[in-house]
Amino acid sequence: MVSEVNSRGHRRIWHLAPLMFTVGLLFVGGMTLAVLQSIGLLPIVGPTHCSFAPYTSFASDAEFRSSLVFTFGLASVATALSAVLGLWLALSLKAAVRHSRILGLILQIPLALPHLVMALFVMELLAPSGLLARFAYGLGMIHDPAAFPELTNDRFGIAIIVSYVLKEAPFIALMVLAVIMRIGEDYDAVARVLGASPWQRLWHITLPQLWPALASSSLVVFAFISGAYETPLLLGRQYPAMLPVVAQRKFMDVDLASRPGAIAAGIVIAVITAIFLTGYMRLARALSAKERALIF
Amino acid sequence: MKHGNKTTLHGAALGAAVVISVVACFPIVLLALRSLARGWYWPDLIPQTFSLRAWKYVFDSSSGIPEAMLTSVAVALAVTVLSLCVSFPAARTLALEEFRGKQLIILLLTFPVLAPPLASAMGLHALFLRLGITDSVWGVILVHVIPAAPYCTFMLMSSFANFDTDWEAQARSLGASPGAVFLYVTLPAVAPGMAVAAGFAFLVSWSQYLVTLLIGGGRVLTLPLLLVTMQQGGDTATAAAIAIVYLAPAMVVLTLVARFLKPVS
Repeated sequence: MVSEVNSRGHRRIWHLAPLMFTVGLLFVGGMTLAVLQSIGLLPIVGPTHCSFAPYTSFASDAEFRSSLVFTFGLASVATALSAVLGLWLALSLKAAVRHSRILGLILQIPLALPHLVMALFVMELLAPSGLLARFAYGLGMIHDPAAFPELTNDRFGIAIIVSYVLKEAPFIALMVLAVIMRIGEDYDAVARVLGASPWQRLWHITLPQLWPALASSSLVVFAFISGAYETPLLLGRQYPAMLPVVAQRKFMDVDLASRPGAIAAGIVIAVITAIFLTGYMRLARALSAKERALIF
Repeated sequence: MKHGNKTTLHGAALGAAVVISVVACFPIVLLALRSLARGWYWPDLIPQTFSLRAWKYVFDSSSGIPEAMLTSVAVALAVTVLSLCVSFPAARTLALEEFRGKQLIILLLTFPVLAPPLASAMGLHALFLRLGITDSVWGVILVHVIPAAPYCTFMLMSSFANFDTDWEAQARSLGASPGAVFLYVTLPAVAPGMAVAAGFAFLVSWSQYLVTLLIGGGRVLTLPLLLVTMQQGGDTATAAAIAIVYLAPAMVVLTLVARFLKPVS
């Protein structure tokens, strides 16, 4: 009996070993190397000199500070808009999705589109001579592209926000829809029979039930946006730029002395995303395994 | 599914369905138009003349784009095979067995899936430099595995969750060898899930940008890198054509999911 338990334990270790070795070496190992290099240990050239200067200098680094503010602001706005739009989509589509599997699939097209492709589309849409500007011209609102408001590569990251909302609202909608399908409409029907108004039902019946799905998927969206690179690369500005853009720029600098600072910025991003993902995992406990699987 | 249900779908829901379909397909349509337009001048709402110039260029070997496609496919295939190999046994154990530390492992695997592995890639750069695999596909493949392998594990876990090990026990008691049990019982049972997991591992690698740039140093040119180069160089038609090619695998995987992951009803 004891040997059987032991052999099962051994087998389990062997089954887990290849994955744990790979992830341990590359992910955990990479993180460890990053932390060590960010504080001046393991330098590529020159003597080892342990220093927390890359982190403490963030406080006086105007580029980093504005980037941090910009990243948080943009991620917050994009996440909030995605959550509201996603919830609205889910609530207005629930009847349709219940009866047509094709619709559920169509809703997944924006999800499947690579971020880069969505960014390219938003560029075509919002650029000064883009489709929206042409419609504005057709309606007689403007007479040349220069009169169109600056929506791409702009100070506020409007195009970046639009691009993310188009990608993430359907994602949140899908998460919320999965829960709607599970809980059914019994509570809602009872409340209606008892005379609750639509707003009362939304606020007291629907939202409390959808909250775990809505909040957890929003946290994932926030974590993703604060660590993503290619959308702000195409649609953003040099300054203020999202944190990953700044980190990448510092990392590729020919001056190797700026590398610890670049890696430190990378770690700051990792910490922000880790905090939000931990929050997600707490909330996600209220979801079924099938709904959690939708996150990926 | 009762037949009558479809007819009860009221007009508003149907309207929403149509709107969503149009909105969802609009990016693809607009980019396809851009790739086929010959100079799409202000203020035309649709192009006046069409041309295959961008598409010919995309498949012209002198443009370097076919080579980038090949690089992307090769890297993604290598990442897929690697990820499947390391995650298959682990996914089975994680899905079917309860043991101490399991939640911790799942937690550890969740981070690289949901957050771009920027910091790890930066940390690994110095190591890869010493190993001589920066600026090469090998380094890029390894760094793509960081998100792809855990992703693959989660996908396989959900197909193992419905797997009944009694089937294997029955085959064994009927005299099947371990190899035969795997080939004729285990593999067919999880094959659809495996196809989906492989598809997603491919996509995870296919869609990486920043870590490819970091580890590949701009020498390993994958399709997304070239797409941005074209766009920033002002050749929007070619960039749009590359975008259409670039999104094709995602649509294939989406169809795969629809085909294999039908809800049990």
